[in-house]
Amino acid sequence: MIRKDFLALANDISIEDLLLEHPIVADFLANLRLDNIPRQLPLSLAIEEMDEDIIQEFGLDKFGVLISFCEFMETFSTAKAQNPAVATLTIIGGLNKSGEPENISLTISSGDIVSIVGPTGSGKSRLLNDIECLAQGDTPTMRRILVNGVELDDLQRFEMEGKLVAQLSQNMNFVMDLTVREFLYLHAKSRLTVNAEQVIEKCFLGANALAGEKFLLDTKITQLSGGQSRALMIADTAYISNSPIVLIDEIENAGIDRRQAIELLAQREKLVFISTHDPLLALSADKRIVIKNGGIIKVMEIIQAEKQSLKAIEKLDGILQNLRHCLREGDQITVDLLKA
Amino acid sequence: MKLITIAGPPSSGKTSVILKLIECMGLPIGSVGVVKFDCLTSFDNLRYREANIPIQTGFSGKICPDHYFVSNIDDAVQWGIRSGFQMLITESAGLCNRCSPYINGVFSVCVIDSLSGTNTPRKIGPLLKLADIVAVTKADIISQAEREVFAFSIKQVNSHARVVFVNGITGQGSFILAKYLQQARDIQTLRDMKLRFTTPAAVCSYCTGETRIGESHQMGMMKKMEFKKL
Ligand SMILES: Nc1nc2c(ncn2[C@@H]2O[C@H](COP(=O)(O)OP(=O)(O)OP(=O)(O)O)[C@@H](O)[C@H]2O)c(=O)[nH]1
Ligand SMILES: Nc1ncnc2c1ncn2[C@@H]1O[C@H](COP(=O)(O)OP(=O)(O)OP(=O)(O)O)[C@@H](O)[C@H]1O
Ligand SMILES: [Mg+2]
Ligand SMILES: [Mg+2]
Ligand SMILES: [Zn+2]
Ligand SMILES: [Zn+2]
Repeated sequence: MIRKDFLALANDISIEDLLLEHPIVADFLANLRLDNIPRQLPLSLAIEEMDEDIIQEFGLDKFGVLISFCEFMETFSTAKAQNPAVATLTIIGGLNKSGEPENISLTISSGDIVSIVGPTGSGKSRLLNDIECLAQGDTPTMRRILVNGVELDDLQRFEMEGKLVAQLSQNMNFVMDLTVREFLYLHAKSRLTVNAEQVIEKCFLGANALAGEKFLLDTKITQLSGGQSRALMIADTAYISNSPIVLIDEIENAGIDRRQAIELLAQREKLVFISTHDPLLALSADKRIVIKNGGIIKVMEIIQAEKQSLKAIEKLDGILQNLRHCLREGDQITVDLLKA
Repeated sequence: MKLITIAGPPSSGKTSVILKLIECMGLPIGSVGVVKFDCLTSFDNLRYREANIPIQTGFSGKICPDHYFVSNIDDAVQWGIRSGFQMLITESAGLCNRCSPYINGVFSVCVIDSLSGTNTPRKIGPLLKLADIVAVTKADIISQAEREVFAFSIKQVNSHARVVFVNGITGQGSFILAKYLQQARDIQTLRDMKLRFTTPAAVCSYCTGETRIGESHQMGMMKKMEFKKL
């Protein structure tokens, strides 16, 4: 729909019907304190009945309200909310901290999981930042990030406006005073999600599958434990966020099923980057970027031998998980527990 | 000289964002100046000095800081030109949500704190509604979903604005903000240019110093609340 079509909505159908078809119109009315507008009339007639003073407080006149309405509807029309499709992402090397070239060009496709490893302070988070801002040789690393094989000009980068990348890190918390249900509903609404009910249900089940201790749709999000919060964030990223690229910075201590978490994201055809010091997470990825002194020194593909050791690592991890479990339950930690 | 106006609620992160912004623009030291418009007192000058950024501070005291801003902005521009700046940034705390310091043709940024509540963008009026760019701070500590909901709230009242997430501490995002600001126009004078939104003058007896309460002391433009019977 274009602006003209929205103007027709304001002229031809009653606000009542408009609200049924486009519930988001309620927000438009509330924003301008027009909640009490006569709803049996179309918007264009109803505003004639309104107090001019209130409208003026918002710096508008009656015609301005109609224009704002069209702009509002245009902004939230589903066409505009679509995420750009990303089939591939290419990282073209820049310079390390000593100014030496990285000499690398790495292309990653959707559904791939890439881990980023390297010593503390080596530049893992920096690489994630470069991806987030779609660097074009203009960050300290001079790296370039191509989307679907092409360079982006500034205008295109602005257009993407954060729609491309979802982030997840250890420092993030929920701050809204809402229940899980209200929260998922609000997020789905802001994403103009169709079939919101179904999506919310899937997301809720997905989150609970990752979390150790189950939570309810009526639990307040601020009352979720660290692990439950992380689980909900991951499921939300998978089902509602819809950003094609997911950047994960350190979630190793999150207390959730980490492998299942990233597999969930990859199944949703996302491009997943994980900066990590955790062998289990690192080896869950198809590719592994090794960083040293601010530069990518090599890219490793997972080989058969590593896949085998992944099995052993999972075993070790299982032992550790079990130890933690026993500790929580108040059991005695004996040597027997260390045997698989 | 390029002129950029940055405004936002108190403690939203304006100074932090400006400092990161200047750092990543990479202009020679001393070629970017800042004017801070504040109300009663300010400690921002110390932070700007520490970063070797020329700073002037003005206090609006009794009057609305945005009124004070309009009365002084052209002098600020002349000061900037005399000082040989390539860029002048104004920082002002939007205290009365009724006004905003934005001028037609001058690049305007609203800084808002993502911890301030999801509905806050829908409440703060022209300060946000008329900005070219809305820079959202402190999003490092909230979830991705909450960021998206916050951006959605902003878009509801200002569909034209670009929403940029900037971390005032690490500077993440200030780089893309700096890119936008390259679009700022060169300004020689602001004479005859116009504010984007009217700033009402002293309109009632309380604006002019009345302190007594009661109908008989209320003069000028008064707006009375309606209390309905329950
Ligand atoms: N976690 C976090 N803290 C931030 C961020 N940006 C700013 N802060 C903190 O928020 C506080 C207020 O920041 P200022 O930059 O002084 O805010 P201001 O808007 O200039 O404040 P006034 O000029 O006094 O109105 C400081 O303690 C900053 O360190 C951010 O992105 N993340
Ligand atoms: N190629 C580079 N050129 C210049 N600076 C760099 C480069 N790579 C990284 N840096 C800088 O080095 C610092 C440390 O990098 P970063 O925070 O990314 O490390 P990290 O690997 O994530 O560490 P940790 O494991 O502790 O999280 C940052 O300030 C970053 O900007
Ligand atoms: Mg890091
Ligand atoms: Mg300040
Ligand atoms: Zn004011
Ligand atoms: Zn008054």
